[in-house]
Amino acid sequence: MQAIGLQFVDWVIILFYFAFIIGMGFYLKRYTKSEEDFFLAGRRNTAWVAGIAFLSANLGALELLGMTGNTYKYGMYVAHFYWIGAIPAMLFLGIFMMPFYYSSRIKSVPGYLKLRFDEKTRVLNGFAFAIMTLLVSGINLYAMALVLHTFVGWNWDVSMWASAVTVAAYVTLSGLMSAIFTEIIQFFLIWFGLFLVSILGIVEIGSLGEIMRRVPEAFSKLWSNSGDPTQNGMMITWAGIVMGLGFVLSFGYWTTDFLVVQRAFSAKNLRAARMTPIIASFFKMAVPFIVIVCGLIALVLAQDPNSGFALMSDGGKVNYDSALPLLIARYFPRALVGLGITALLAGFMAGQAGNISAFNTVWTYDIYQSVFNKKASPKHLLWMGRAATIVGIVISVATAYWAKSMPTIMDYMQAIFSWVNAPLFATMLLGMFVKWITPAGAFWGLIAGMGSSFTMYLAVKFEWISMSAVTFSNVASDMAANFWRAWWAWLICFVVTIGVSLFTKKKPEAELVGLVKGLTPATVGEPVPWYKKPAFFAVLSLIVFALLNIYFW
Amino acid sequence: MTGDVKKMKPIWFFVGLVLLVMGGVILAAGLVDLIARVESRTVLAKLHPRIWWGGLMVLAGAIFVLTNKNATVE
Repeated sequence: MQAIGLQFVDWVIILFYFAFIIGMGFYLKRYTKSEEDFFLAGRRNTAWVAGIAFLSANLGALELLGMTGNTYKYGMYVAHFYWIGAIPAMLFLGIFMMPFYYSSRIKSVPGYLKLRFDEKTRVLNGFAFAIMTLLVSGINLYAMALVLHTFVGWNWDVSMWASAVTVAAYVTLSGLMSAIFTEIIQFFLIWFGLFLVSILGIVEIGSLGEIMRRVPEAFSKLWSNSGDPTQNGMMITWAGIVMGLGFVLSFGYWTTDFLVVQRAFSAKNLRAARMTPIIASFFKMAVPFIVIVCGLIALVLAQDPNSGFALMSDGGKVNYDSALPLLIARYFPRALVGLGITALLAGFMAGQAGNISAFNTVWTYDIYQSVFNKKASPKHLLWMGRAATIVGIVISVATAYWAKSMPTIMDYMQAIFSWVNAPLFATMLLGMFVKWITPAGAFWGLIAGMGSSFTMYLAVKFEWISMSAVTFSNVASDMAANFWRAWWAWLICFVVTIGVSLFTKKKPEAELVGLVKGLTPATVGEPVPWYKKPAFFAVLSLIVFALLNIYFW
Repeated sequence: MTGDVKKMKPIWFFVGLVLLVMGGVILAAGLVDLIARVESRTVLAKLHPRIWWGGLMVLAGAIFVLTNKNATVE
């Protein structure tokens, strides 16, 4: 494929964006005086700011390209990632978990583990999270350079280093605040830069109904063909979707991954913190109107020999990720191309900044202060946060070069989440809602959950066991294996945590006040009318969620 | 933030600036090509998406900037 050509006006838009976000970093540095300013954006964000940042931290360009390509490959089933694979977990976080997180004034998710359990559980999770974050960050960086090289024809090294240096500059200057600012700007750029692709695609084909009529029937359904894995593109049953994706992977990611939860910690009060994931849930439900619709448009166009549209192929293998860039090239004239590329770049860089700002916090508080320098002053911690940002970026770049040398590295992304987040969700769930869970139970449960998930991954990868032993089905995709492995890791962590807790020493109840349900006084916030309460918005979100699932059943 | 520190502009002001500038460039490019009768080879070019989409971005950006130009946050 010929690279998308950029003209002068496209470069004006792209360079304006780079200059703007570096300028934002310098502007915000004036307001970054303390460690809390740097790591938690001063805890002064409104629910809307924190909510959009919460969503945007997850809405990277890798996700946009990957999910559009996955829709081309799997059809409507990809919408499960946005609806059942996100909304219940986000609402659970806002309604049930946030009071424990926010009220304990912790600075990170591992920080909660220290208060609820002990130091060793915190350090274990801190290290696992730091490694996972840098791996994901490097893979993001690699993917970005790959996309820019493939579709825009930019030099691989130059595009990677330019983005890495830009992110390092603005996160080092003002920490989480500048990460959140760029995430919000990215959110608007993605909608203005990419929703137009959906609109023009619908106009070209005729209507959304026409698109649904022209895709294969198995690709236009959400649930009605989930009873038999051979009848849907993802080769998975409803049980795998509900338990693996809807419960374990989704709750594991949205309620415990510090990358997203950190945005809620930056809210100005408890109500704003609880509203953060609830507001984000409405926007999350809307994202399929870009990625799913674009994926289906690409599929319809590719089936029509008169459209002149075909996905790229590399050595005879279809490149599904090319769907969105090819649609941009099809519909966008000069200047709009610049906007579309900027939206993708903004997504990549905001995702990178999100990873790095979460890494510098966990490194500084949960590893450096906890293990190496317990008496560090606030000023020293602020310095360490900035240093960790630069070191984190350098390690990410090294990881990106490593990823470049391993062609199948992208497959590891979901696998990494199932190693770390899935078991952690069992620990958090038991820790917050069962008061007799012990520090030893939590620690050994986490070890067992993470270890078993990793072992299962290796066992299937190197064919020590058949994939059907994990998925209960003779036909299964890699995605289905990830869902099921996450479920088993969660279950093993859950059972081991309970089992060990039955025989080990409990923490005194006085130390668990504010951290565990049943030992925490009912939260009394500012009195607000019923229509401003988080529960009301959560019910609204659930209604929209139910309607979408029924409509596309 | 303490009182002696200059107050910060809200993020919405900066969102408005970005949309205003980018939308303005896109709208201008669309108008220039329309006036100069430059043929675009993209699909649906006859709908002139840069003009109405760029115009929408300018409008959204102007609303964000104007409603937040005097606003500050703690």
